[in-house]
Amino acid sequence: MLEAHHLEFGFRPEQLVLNDISLALSEGEWLGLSGDSGAGKSTLGKLLAGQLSPKDGRICIDGGPLPARGLSPVQWLPQSPELAVNPRWRVAKILREAWQPPAALLHAFGIQPAWLSRFPHALSGGELQRVCVVRALAPGVRYLIADEISTMLDPITQVALWQALKTYAEKHRLGVLVISHDTALLERLCPRRYHLTQGVLAASG
Amino acid sequence: MSPTQPRLYAVAYIAFAVVLLSTLIASPLWLGAAPLQMQFDARLAPPSASHWLGTDALGREVWARTLAGLRLSFWVGISAALLGTAIALTLAAIATLSSKLDALISLLIDTLLSVPHLILLLLIAFALGGGTQAVIIAVALTHWPSLARVLRAELLTLRHAPYVCISRSLGKSRGFILLYHLLPHVLPHCLVGALLLFPHAILHEAALTFLGVGLDPNQPAIGVLLADAMRYITAGYWWLGVFPGLGLLLLVLCIDRLAFTLRRAL
Repeated sequence: MLEAHHLEFGFRPEQLVLNDISLALSEGEWLGLSGDSGAGKSTLGKLLAGQLSPKDGRICIDGGPLPARGLSPVQWLPQSPELAVNPRWRVAKILREAWQPPAALLHAFGIQPAWLSRFPHALSGGELQRVCVVRALAPGVRYLIADEISTMLDPITQVALWQALKTYAEKHRLGVLVISHDTALLERLCPRRYHLTQGVLAASG
Repeated sequence: MSPTQPRLYAVAYIAFAVVLLSTLIASPLWLGAAPLQMQFDARLAPPSASHWLGTDALGREVWARTLAGLRLSFWVGISAALLGTAIALTLAAIATLSSKLDALISLLIDTLLSVPHLILLLLIAFALGGGTQAVIIAVALTHWPSLARVLRAELLTLRHAPYVCISRSLGKSRGFILLYHLLPHVLPHCLVGALLLFPHAILHEAALTFLGVGLDPNQPAIGVLLADAMRYITAGYWWLGVFPGLGLLLLVLCIDRLAFTLRRAL
């Protein structure tokens, strides 16, 4: 289980972005997180993935801290996929950085073999986002922090992406924190949801 | 200016630089012993059809000595620029490893930048006993900080880029991230930095040699030619100083413009 205990975080000492946040995400669970722009959703996601360190409180995985070295079991998927990949690497190399995904998985996420030899700038945002998602599914990853990953996609691609991810996550019992403004999407994907307002977390469903 | 123009200029400068530098590098093949050959019947001859750029006090051809001097300056310049860039890149890369190392290297950069580098250059060249190697080392040791500062800032910004953070969370080591994510990104900066350092190195080599702590006075270095010319300039033998000076200016301008256009193009 991925747990956050009494997290506090601020970019400036006198101003807290997140105040006393506690939540838990079980393996195989889909948890929704909504909130206004600037409420701290992405910051909370980065904290849970170990990309930022909390000012106070702790993040635990199965009761212990997140591993400092090696593959992190919690992977962060940012909103802008073009920033999440090395612009000088081809797609095949980007995927290989994490693992060698099987062809069936690439197919399930709609990644065409022709994309593998392309550079990121030759793919659209939606295509690149799928590459980023598949990269994050490396063996050993148990939780995904999906930070508005479908915001920039058209509705058909959104459905395809979430369906593929849902199928994979159910099969491998991945816990997924879905961060989104889209409450309809969260209601559809996540049985349990939180809403973040001015740094304070409240259950919304 | 259209986006392709800087690239066109860069190509033109590269072509000009290649011609100039090939001429300099290949010059020993057709110059032979001309830079050192004395003609006592043609001492201090002004520029003419038989002596293109005139001769010096020992009857040696100024054009041959200028070319030989520029060739020497080129090698000193390229060696010092490469060494300086290597130092800058190494220290900038080390600065990304920890905040303590970063603070230490930043302090070193600030300290060196706060000292007038000509004084430091003279002291180092003097302490190393002069000569080609001393000039190369002195120029490299005094000219890496400004490039290191640029590289360090670039690497530190890049260290927090999302794809680098993700690479770290995928279990990649610091060495892997440095080698495969960070360094390839700053290599164009290094190329431009080295090219910008190059004319500085040449000018400082000439200055050090002129001041007597640089190259061997028996070598036809530009600094030696200019120092020799000083003794005759008031007597009206202007060609002794003007042509080596113009040659140095042309070489420095060529490399400087090349670096400038490359920086805009890359």
